[in-house]
Amino acid sequence: MADSAVHNAHAHPPGFAHQFETMDQQRESATMGMWVFLVTEILFFGGLFGSYIVYRALYHDSFEIGSNLLNIKFGAVNTIVLIGSSLTMALAIHAAQAGKKAREQMMWLLLTILLGAIFLALKFTFEWTADYHEHLIPGFGFVVRPEWGAAGPHVPIFFCFYFFMTGLHATHMIVGIPILFVMTWMASRNKFNADYNAPLENTGLYWHFVDIVWIFLFPLLYLVGGRWGTH
Amino acid sequence: MSTATLDIHAHDAPLPSGERKNYLNVDHSVKSWLLTYDHKRIAILYLISITLMFFVGGLFAVLMRVHLIEPQGFLVAPENYNKLFTMHGVIMVFSFLVPSIPATLGNFLVPMMIGARDLAFPKLNLMSWYIYVIGAAFTLYSVISGGVDTGWTFYTPYSSSFAHTQVVPTAIGVFITGFSSILTGLNFIVTIHKMRAPGLNWFRLPLFIWAMYATSVIFILGTPVIAVTMFLLGLERLLHIGIFDPAIGGDPILFQHLFWFYSHPAVYIMILPGMGVMSELITAFSRKRIFGYTFVAFSSLAIAVISFLVWGHHMFVTGQSVYAGLIFSVLSFLVAIPSAIKVFNWTATLYKGSISYEAPMLYALGFIGLFTMGGLTGLFLASLATDVHLNGTYFIVAHFHYIMVGGAVMAYLGGLHFWWPKITGRLYPDAWARFAALVIFVGFNLTFFPQFVLGYLGMPRRYAVYPLEFQTLNVMSSAGASILGIGYLIPLIYLIWSFKYGPSAGPNPWGAKGLEWTTPSPPPTENFPTIPVVTEQAYDYAQTTGMVEHG
Amino acid sequence: MMGIVQTGLHQLAAATLWFPLKPTAASSIAENVDLLYYFLTALTLFFTALIFGTIFVFMIKYRRRTPDEIPPDTKTHMALELTWTIIPTLICVVIFVWASWLYVRNSVPPASATEMFVVGKQWMWHIQHPEGVREINELHVPVGTPIKLTMTSEDVIHDFYIPVFRVKHDVTPGRYSSIWFEATEKGTYHLFCAQYCGTDHAEMIGWVYVMSPQEYANWLAMSAGTPSMAQDGERLFNQLGCASCHAADNSGRGPSLVGIYGTEQRMKSGDLKLVDETFVRQSIVNPNSIALPNYAPIMPTFQGQVSEEQVLQLIAYVKSLAGEERTSNSK
Repeated sequence: MADSAVHNAHAHPPGFAHQFETMDQQRESATMGMWVFLVTEILFFGGLFGSYIVYRALYHDSFEIGSNLLNIKFGAVNTIVLIGSSLTMALAIHAAQAGKKAREQMMWLLLTILLGAIFLALKFTFEWTADYHEHLIPGFGFVVRPEWGAAGPHVPIFFCFYFFMTGLHATHMIVGIPILFVMTWMASRNKFNADYNAPLENTGLYWHFVDIVWIFLFPLLYLVGGRWGTH
Repeated sequence: MSTATLDIHAHDAPLPSGERKNYLNVDHSVKSWLLTYDHKRIAILYLISITLMFFVGGLFAVLMRVHLIEPQGFLVAPENYNKLFTMHGVIMVFSFLVPSIPATLGNFLVPMMIGARDLAFPKLNLMSWYIYVIGAAFTLYSVISGGVDTGWTFYTPYSSSFAHTQVVPTAIGVFITGFSSILTGLNFIVTIHKMRAPGLNWFRLPLFIWAMYATSVIFILGTPVIAVTMFLLGLERLLHIGIFDPAIGGDPILFQHLFWFYSHPAVYIMILPGMGVMSELITAFSRKRIFGYTFVAFSSLAIAVISFLVWGHHMFVTGQSVYAGLIFSVLSFLVAIPSAIKVFNWTATLYKGSISYEAPMLYALGFIGLFTMGGLTGLFLASLATDVHLNGTYFIVAHFHYIMVGGAVMAYLGGLHFWWPKITGRLYPDAWARFAALVIFVGFNLTFFPQFVLGYLGMPRRYAVYPLEFQTLNVMSSAGASILGIGYLIPLIYLIWSFKYGPSAGPNPWGAKGLEWTTPSPPPTENFPTIPVVTEQAYDYAQTTGMVEHG
Repeated sequence: MMGIVQTGLHQLAAATLWFPLKPTAASSIAENVDLLYYFLTALTLFFTALIFGTIFVFMIKYRRRTPDEIPPDTKTHMALELTWTIIPTLICVVIFVWASWLYVRNSVPPASATEMFVVGKQWMWHIQHPEGVREINELHVPVGTPIKLTMTSEDVIHDFYIPVFRVKHDVTPGRYSSIWFEATEKGTYHLFCAQYCGTDHAEMIGWVYVMSPQEYANWLAMSAGTPSMAQDGERLFNQLGCASCHAADNSGRGPSLVGIYGTEQRMKSGDLKLVDETFVRQSIVNPNSIALPNYAPIMPTFQGQVSEEQVLQLIAYVKSLAGEERTSNSK
């Protein structure tokens, strides 16, 4: 029995973790783990969304003013960039599952990283820098403008939520990009194929989640300022 | 039917000293401990850090009770008393009670009870311990750098705009410690779903596993909300935006809603694991199947779900509407029912059993009585009319200590004693253990029962000084606290002693059922050389055939 | 009958213990709350005794007699499970209904209640009677008269608690909360702050003096020259320049406030809002959050320029313009 035990121990594919009995169990566990993690993220962002909704109801006018001051062009471009990166991510996974060459997998992964980086660059170096110069960052020289009138004092609350929520979102992207680099490296070593691509899949789950959070943030922050409604 | 086997020769080969290799002696280096992926070693790492935090928090409690012997206080100035009760609460809740059973007994036992070699994500497990340590370090930092005095509930605007103490480091500590819980919960959920041994379907699982599962659901759903709350509090304190401070347009009641949305389920995080331990102890020491297995299992899930719906009962006198009060009140009554079901089932399990009274069983029996009292006093607080009078008084303090200390801590000690032979391979002196259990039981009741009376008489909580007429009861309570403190020191001494000098334990000193008892004590690193196949119900003492098969 | 039981229990407790088990019952609701409390206590003791007793009996009767004894299996008993699920549920329903009924009944003050005003601040209670008398950490009230307290905080959350009346409510900055009670026993009783509020939370205590109506009238009369709250409010109204915009004949830039308190006013959004204490306070500290159809949002805010007590005085004045001035003699 000992001999067959030795023999069996080497029967598993590379990447197999020995707390598991089979690769299937490992893959299912990893995927389930990622889903459970995403549930915690929903609750994390959910608390913020809940508070945002309460304050939006309380200070409707201030929130309208704040929302109208956001740069919707950047926001829209970023939305498209991020959706694009989800597309490239899905294509990377598809490439692995369809057994395509490592080069193709890497190409899609690198495009995902590039789009993610573009998102962050647009946000930090253009949008947020402009906000800073316009004195719209609470705690960093925020200036309440007289033309905001009576709703002025509560406009900082809108921006507080804006920077916190988009900042938290951006943090998740900043964490995701190194993970994508690791995936790219693994792809370059031919680790992913039709039989084994769980890390890619789970990274994809995470990345899509980050995208979906933005899909909620963008309208809630940028679009509810009544830009196209009657005043 | 058995699945893959490992090279048992390598793992089972005796050490040069002739000892059998187990998870403790396989490598003695510090590095092998600090970089371990073994769930059993991680459990021990947690055990050490949690015990340390328990005694720090306990020291603050002792100082408080000594101070309260005199109505005008004699030990510390009021601002320092306020820091003592705050830090006692923060440390006991976040650094001791929340992780206690899950991170120590849970980490050790979950894989073993389901016939797995480890948790699903051993590296995440190790990371969760380091995160715990960092969180505890922030909390201890705030203690030594001046302390924090907001109460563990951090109500705004006092904590956001008025307090001059270390609110932000404490909030950071709580924020970080929360992630430790989230990872533990995530690990348990995936492990229990995916790594059960063949034949071990959900309804053959030990009830401790059901309890760990229900607790983990609360971990992952509730903890992110306290994280966000602490973050917002920190932002408010640093930047004065106006989220919670009404002077600049914020809403202090919103803070309370956010805070209690986690902190109420958190108290169920603190008691559910203890209830799981109860099921194991009662069955083992009466050698009988649990009465009403399905009811006990589902009651754990019911408690987890309903616990998210009752947070408003902490806010009956804040000014929320009468309708909100009625809804939260009725739901709070509802959440009591599953707990009652458990107590009745545990009691019925004893019927026609074969009962023995070693220390773990004494702790278990103490738990049932004290938890019953604590739980029933919760009804006083779920009742709107009486809660108005009792909120903010010592009645509340007594109520939650009955459940947290009379319940959760006693369950923790009972479980620790029960599984100590398995964890360490040693037996502790049972006579001392039973004596300590009795001392703790007596000391506990003397400390906290007078506080129910103090509460109804009207003595508010968090008072550094109090009117003279409350002195008798306060002195009684402080006397009890001194006994309780001694009671806790006794196990610390003999358990550590037993580690080196206790007699060797066999694989199953209690004659208990459960996969963990089929392994040697202490177990080998991989737990099971061959994954067992399970064919019998949980706690199947009466059946002598159909034992666990080894391939 | 219940009264006899209560008195009997109380005597028993007093005779056997050297400390009381409950505070004096000094308000119209106190004894009802106590009755519920006694019931819950009896329930707790009963079930604790039941469980402990059963366990004790089982512990002895079923103690292990031989080391490897294995007892026979017992089957799960569905009827028993349902019984001990349904009976506790029914008991909970009874308690819930009883407690909620008491609570709901006590949540609305009688229309004839005398109003008094409380402002909590670190670390003292400021109390104002409408006649103008002010107290610090003391509250004088007449027996047998419903009293409604309208309360707010200057700084952090406090909690106004009078144990003998069985009333308590958080006192929160930025909003008004109210409780009511009717004292039934003359005496001197504790007043506590029951929500941690900082360093001297434990010193934020005081005394409630319940007096006969005559004694109370005498006590009020001792401060006969003090301006009433409404008079103080009127003085502030003029001092702060409110009168220039809020002229009584609507000739100013703001609306006249005569007869406005207690009515519903239509906002610019179309919603109707009741002009109550909260509304008036909001118009003073955050006026432009109230958008009126025919007025421009030009009223300056007085936040930081008036204390919460002064706000209450202004509210009293506005109330008086609607003929709602209350004195302790009105019923």
